[in-house]
Amino acid sequence: MAPPADARLQLETVRLTALYGRRAVVKDVSIIFPAHTVTAVIGPSGCGKSTFLRCLNRMHELSDGGWVTGTVLLDGDDIYADAVDPVQLRRRVGMVFQRPTPFPTMSIYDNVAAGLRVNGHRSRADIDAVVERALRRAALWDEVKDRLRRSALALSGGQQQRLCIARALAPEPEVLLLDEPTASLDPAGTQRIEELCHELKTNYTIVIVTHNLQQAARVSDYTAFFYVGDLVEVGRTEVLFTTPTQERTEAYITGRFG
Amino acid sequence: MNARRVRRRVVNGVMTGLVGVLSFLAVLSLILILGNLVVKGASSLDWNFFTKNPVPAGESGGGVANAIVGTGIIVGLACLIGLPIGIGAGLYLAEFGSGRLGWTVRFVADVLNGTPSIVVGIFAWTWLVKPMGHFSALAGAVALAILMVPMLARTTEEMVRLVPHSLREAALALGYPRWRTSLRIVARTALAGIVTGSLVGIARIAGETAPLLFTALGNLNFSTHVLEPMQALSLQIYQYATGPFDEWHRLAWAAAIVLMGLVLLLAVAARWAIRQRHGAAR
Repeated sequence: MAPPADARLQLETVRLTALYGRRAVVKDVSIIFPAHTVTAVIGPSGCGKSTFLRCLNRMHELSDGGWVTGTVLLDGDDIYADAVDPVQLRRRVGMVFQRPTPFPTMSIYDNVAAGLRVNGHRSRADIDAVVERALRRAALWDEVKDRLRRSALALSGGQQQRLCIARALAPEPEVLLLDEPTASLDPAGTQRIEELCHELKTNYTIVIVTHNLQQAARVSDYTAFFYVGDLVEVGRTEVLFTTPTQERTEAYITGRFG
Repeated sequence: MNARRVRRRVVNGVMTGLVGVLSFLAVLSLILILGNLVVKGASSLDWNFFTKNPVPAGESGGGVANAIVGTGIIVGLACLIGLPIGIGAGLYLAEFGSGRLGWTVRFVADVLNGTPSIVVGIFAWTWLVKPMGHFSALAGAVALAILMVPMLARTTEEMVRLVPHSLREAALALGYPRWRTSLRIVARTALAGIVTGSLVGIARIAGETAPLLFTALGNLNFSTHVLEPMQALSLQIYQYATGPFDEWHRLAWAAAIVLMGLVLLLAVAARWAIRQRHGAAR
């Protein structure tokens, strides 16, 4: 694929292989994510797309037997280098999961502030401002501004997911990883999240894993197609969906398997 | 066809009745115990009973103030020792206990859970009372703590395991270090369950007698000195009930009501804590 010449490469994987024990589930994947773009990762179930995503913030190594070879470069630096603290890295690469995961013991406000507080001490006013900004960016502010102290569990599923996005945005990450963020939402909730992707890419680099091809076509600038651990094809979304170069890509996007 | 239907109905009726009778029998023991206690002991319950110390045998009146305070001190001390160890061990088992050490700790806890309390009492006597040269409330508290720890460890572990894995991952993905994830997110989410488990554990040790016989011993006077022998409600009941005087027997019944009330109070508090949790989950 050919990103615009002036685009900064924020994130890049170089021959990345992810394994569970001796079994490779992502094989030798090299891919670049230009800054301020949305890249969709598509492919049938079990093709390794979630595992791939979890390699980008070093969550994969927390799974039983999970390890990787190859490298991931964030702003040109190897995130798997010995000097890199994965805990610090995860504050630069935010993640939102398939199911909403608000912390049940915390209020809406505390949920959003959770990632800030763990980063060190900040003044109240400072946190107030960041929480409001994050909630506004996640398009949730107007719905919750009057009940910030209430339990986050009182929100609907779609609201909870946007709360999780706000929580991920609050520590000001550079990259946002979305792992099937709309899988458990209704169409209205899905639409809100998709609109968010468009808005958020002005500030963040987004990688979104999705089962939904229409969603990939709607939200992304680039699309990567995975099949049983291999990166089959990656390119500008409109090109990949109209004139795929690989036969397997064409078969998948036309619904012949998957 | 019709006969089969009749048969089915009869069997259904008999079984339902049987289960009903059995559950009634299960509740009956509690009702009988409570009723018996109230009938035989309630008349001796007055203000003096809670505020006065025992009087010498033969005299009437007197109370069990020393035993109530003693039970409070011994159980409180046992909590100070047992709660941190038990809950800490439970957290460890749930979060890091998948290896060999975890298996060993779990096994030891299960064995200890089944150890008769009198054995624990003898243990405390051998290792605390004998070296120190005298009976003490502290030794009693240690014995009770030993009884409490394995139970707490296992309940805490179960409660922590109930916390969804996704919550843990969410915290880690947010840049939480592992230990803060365990404490701030996982333990806090499981807190209501841990509190409930603790209350149940406290209720269980509050009534223990056997481990205290060799350790706290009992004391006819009011004492708050933890290195001296101390009276406890369970010990008082034992002494009064096995004594020769009618007055003592009445006092034993009354003391039993107080102890039972204490345990019931803890059980109700535990229920309340559970309800809080389920309330919060909505």
